[in-house]
Amino acid sequence: MRGRILAVLGVVVGVLLMLALVNAFRATSAVQTGFRGVGMEQVDFNTRLEAKLAANTVPDPIPAAGEGGELAAYAYQNVQVLGHLSSGEFTRLMAAITTWVAPEVGCVYCHAPQRDDKGQIMKDEDGYVIADPNKMDSDETYQKRVARRMIQMTLHLNGDWKDHLKETGVTCYTCHRGQPVPANLWFDPPPDPMADRLVGSSAGQNHPNAAAGVSSLPVDPFRPFLVSDEQIRVIATAALPGTDRQSIKQAEWSYSLMMHMSSALGVNCTYCHNSRSFGAWDASPPPRAQAWFGIRMVRDINKNYLEPLAGTFPENRLGPNGDVPKAHCGTCHAGAYKPLLGVSMLKDYQVLARAQPQPPPRPPEQGAASTPAQEPTPAR
Amino acid sequence: MAQYQNIFTQLQVRGPIDLGPPIPDQAFRSRSGRLSRLIGWFGSAQFGPIYLGRLGVASLIFGFLSFEIIGLNMFASVGWNPIQFVRQLPWLALEPPPPSYGLHLPPLNQGGWWLLAGFTLTVAILLWWLRTYRRAKALGMGTHVSWAFASAILLYLSLGFIRPLLMGSWGEAVPFGIFPHLDWTAAFSIRYGNLFYNPFHALSIAFLYGSTLLFAMHGATVLAVSHLGGEREVSQIVDRGTAEERASLFWRWTMGFNATFESIHRWAWWFAVLTTLTGAIGILLTGTAVDNWYLWAVKHRFAPEYTMPYVSPPDPATGASAANPLGIKQ
Repeated sequence: MRGRILAVLGVVVGVLLMLALVNAFRATSAVQTGFRGVGMEQVDFNTRLEAKLAANTVPDPIPAAGEGGELAAYAYQNVQVLGHLSSGEFTRLMAAITTWVAPEVGCVYCHAPQRDDKGQIMKDEDGYVIADPNKMDSDETYQKRVARRMIQMTLHLNGDWKDHLKETGVTCYTCHRGQPVPANLWFDPPPDPMADRLVGSSAGQNHPNAAAGVSSLPVDPFRPFLVSDEQIRVIATAALPGTDRQSIKQAEWSYSLMMHMSSALGVNCTYCHNSRSFGAWDASPPPRAQAWFGIRMVRDINKNYLEPLAGTFPENRLGPNGDVPKAHCGTCHAGAYKPLLGVSMLKDYQVLARAQPQPPPRPPEQGAASTPAQEPTPAR
Repeated sequence: MAQYQNIFTQLQVRGPIDLGPPIPDQAFRSRSGRLSRLIGWFGSAQFGPIYLGRLGVASLIFGFLSFEIIGLNMFASVGWNPIQFVRQLPWLALEPPPPSYGLHLPPLNQGGWWLLAGFTLTVAILLWWLRTYRRAKALGMGTHVSWAFASAILLYLSLGFIRPLLMGSWGEAVPFGIFPHLDWTAAFSIRYGNLFYNPFHALSIAFLYGSTLLFAMHGATVLAVSHLGGEREVSQIVDRGTAEERASLFWRWTMGFNATFESIHRWAWWFAVLTTLTGAIGILLTGTAVDNWYLWAVKHRFAPEYTMPYVSPPDPATGASAANPLGIKQ
């Protein structure tokens, strides 16, 4: 009798286990990318591929601006970076940036709001705060000052980082996706409270690490590799010892960065590496070189564009250590092997293709009181 | 007959407690055991008598110390929060010192606790080894179990003690933690150019998988002839019965060769021992004699060559490739 009960129980447990397993099997798609039978392939869940397609649609471009017109530098006040554009192209770009970055709040996300006599911010009849049309030149909001620096960054990236961006380029939308604050950013992690106690130091790792595929690898692969240029390469380049002083612990830090890149791009290791030798360039797929430039590009972004904004951002935009939000691979890629699956928005907004020299100050006889707009200076 | 063909234990012998043969030093031997139906499903229904002795007690004390050092460090690493301790337990670890300390003594919270935990755990394991040796001797047995255990201890010591000594850095050793030691294993293989190309690693895997195969073949063979007296293996080594004859003929029919009821146990012992022995050799050669196993395999021409459908890019860090970073043929 007991045997029969046990047998029935066994069957029930077995069926439940089977159901759990079947549920775990989700349909996948695989693409072979290398020699047969050596695991050179890209694998993903079908549901995730569909989600990526849906999440990476590109907004329709705004109709092109008409020819001619006065230069923005002369038509408006305080145009420091885009003064060389015609006012038509300038306003078209401003409208586009509004839809890319702050479609809900509108112009007033960056531009000074309209105020009444007492200095209180006014609302229109529908209850919306609107920008003051007479103060579009004002730099009073931090958003305006950050936006100017970000436009300079976009011009620099498109002009000088073709090694990584090719002709696809980036626009504000690549990172912002219709949100004032891009979804994928990083801050320095809070310091380990147990580091200077008697017990319990985590040695910078050994906690569930969202940045590196929920592994126990080092928690912050960003500061050393995407701001500082710590050495990522740990693998010996000679068969026998004597040339490589890198430790296993350093390998764990590089491994953490690589896991971040894998999840940020939604790809396997084999997208960039032949996994039989992660280090050998003569076995690696071509995207590895592009990723190499990408790492340098992100360092440039963080060191020269984001960290210098430390005094510009208000406190509520800063991380636990008071550090500015910074970029990693996922900031643009957002889980896709190419941001927006490789669709170029830059081709419709060629004004963002490179930084241009600014027109000289308007001759005094034409009587404008604009501030002299020359070489763009970092606004803080 | 069908009642004997069952993969679960069928027979529970219940009778007076068996205290074993008379042996000289019985001082620390508890004099009773008890019967348990539950453990009878898995093995002998008799639990005890247990011999702990001085070595056993000392081993348990040192083992407890290392368990506490590791566990309390893990508990502290989540700020002594019991809920986080449970939630994060698989990720938590006690990490060896940073490589900058070399073989010097680091502060307690920068690997000093790791050294203490490693020391106490090693003492506990070595005392337990001595205990297996002494108990086998006391019973007039051979010491096969002890030497098989010693092979596993050699691998443990190679990873956590001998290789770090050879490399001049405690930082080369394994952390104590569930996921962390697995991440360490992957990082170890990556740093040293893919352990897949380490021949001793390959041997160790062959012996490991071979052990499971032999275990399955032997267990299945003996169960399959148990209704003919097959589980009386040892007596059938010298006094061949129909179980042995049928089992042997089965393997000669199916693969032309059979191990004997004696030699199958030597096969099993050697496969088990060689798994960790060859593994230890592979570990000790890594970083000391070979720094990149893939390049070593290329050098000795056993890494297979195959062509990829892409042109690999030159290393951008060399700078020579800026004009053509993707290595596109022109």
